[in-house]
Amino acid sequence: MSEHTIKAFDTELQELVRKVAEMGGLAERQITDAIAALIKRDTAQAERVMAIDTNIDALQREIEEKGILIIARRQPMAVDLREVVGALRVSNDLERIGDLAKNIAKRVVVLDGEFRPNKVIRGVEHMTDLVLAQLKQVLDSYVRRDVAMAIEVWRNDEAIDAVNNSLFRELLTYMMEDPRNITFCTHLLFCAKNIERMGDHATNIAETVHYIVEGRSLPDERPKSDLTSFARVPLRK
Amino acid sequence: MTSAAIAAADRPAADTADPAEKIRIRGLDFYYGDAKALRGIGLSLHQNRVTAIIGPSGCGKSTLLRVLNRIYDLYPNQRAEGEVLLDGENILSARQDVNLLRARVGMVFQKPTPFPMSIYENIAFGIRLYDRLPRSGLDERVESALRRAALWDEVKDKLGANGLSLSGGQQQRLCIARTIAVHPEVILLDEPCSALDPISTARIEELIDELKDDYTIVIVTHNMQQAARVSDFAAFMYLGELIEVDLTSKVFTAPRDRRTQDYITGRFG
Repeated sequence: MSEHTIKAFDTELQELVRKVAEMGGLAERQITDAIAALIKRDTAQAERVMAIDTNIDALQREIEEKGILIIARRQPMAVDLREVVGALRVSNDLERIGDLAKNIAKRVVVLDGEFRPNKVIRGVEHMTDLVLAQLKQVLDSYVRRDVAMAIEVWRNDEAIDAVNNSLFRELLTYMMEDPRNITFCTHLLFCAKNIERMGDHATNIAETVHYIVEGRSLPDERPKSDLTSFARVPLRK
Repeated sequence: MTSAAIAAADRPAADTADPAEKIRIRGLDFYYGDAKALRGIGLSLHQNRVTAIIGPSGCGKSTLLRVLNRIYDLYPNQRAEGEVLLDGENILSARQDVNLLRARVGMVFQKPTPFPMSIYENIAFGIRLYDRLPRSGLDERVESALRRAALWDEVKDKLGANGLSLSGGQQQRLCIARTIAVHPEVILLDEPCSALDPISTARIEELIDELKDDYTIVIVTHNMQQAARVSDFAAFMYLGELIEVDLTSKVFTAPRDRRTQDYITGRFG
């Protein structure tokens, strides 16, 4: 896109996008570290994740202030306006992703006991890999203004939902087998749900990228297959 | 309430399907001597709506406005070709009575242009050209015009004072009062706020919003935010051509044409 007559406006917009990208990188690392802490039961690492979350929050406030200042000072129109609104929205989603990672880290601190259901752990790892891939792709699509890439992310969230569904069933089984597993499994259930929510935020970002580039929203209905809201405990005869 | 009724109530007025068309411009070309200033303009102006015409200097937006009440007729070597239909009648035809046309299509200019006479006479002067009214009737018309232009409270105690003694913003509202005093159907505003401070500008914009209940309004403005604030439809012109016309909400958030986008985001040239 050609430059603004007022060069400082270009610099301000570029700075905004750069900050969002930086925030995205930080959120990716928080997810990786939180899950690593969960799998290794590494409380020290979990504490670090919790501490770093304040950096993400600070970045979000900074982006918000910069965005508001641009609106006040430049009265952006059309694609510029969408750019600023988009940065505010994306930074909101990234801040939420950071919170969810922090929540996983918090649970690591309280988890104890020797119960380690490997199948579930592998499921969590797999789900995390999927979410990280989604987040990476959607952040790339944001920086490159690539709508096709964003739409792909928007469609691919179903895979994460599917893993979450199977984890949910798995954990229910463990809890029924031995009530001593309930604490651990409940925490893990929340961790899985948190990861699934991160995926939803990635699709939100995809919608925002679409809006920034095309100037209109994606349709309301996204392919979804999170069935855990309808799951029931099967009763044994 | 049915769901259709709810949907209808939710919809902002300006987004409802096109309201009645007051003016239709078709294939309009305009010449200053040999220089072609407008090229094949086609545009509809709707009743009870504000249409903003935007574009860089020299794009032809003021020229287009000047065609709508044939004020260009006052200058030699200027001519328009094509059609401008006001309620279906071509105002460019030789049979058109231009004085009558200018009563139906009023115009307010960039610089406030009060006559060097009293505030009262500034308004009464125009009314007398078209209507024979007894003194009381004239008083009423003057007061009602000044009220509609949101100027009455400020001048009611000094109607005999010279119009030029008013502030710039008041002078501009006086000119608007003068325009609406003769009960026009269409009001053309050529950068009406460019010489005014923000508060006077806000008053005029408020006024535009009220006046659209009764008139068809066309405003030419260089102030993009003003166009975004006051208009229902926005038309972007460039090098004598109409590039894009759409709902204002659309033009300022997601314009279709690259040139419109470059202009409204400050990327031109």
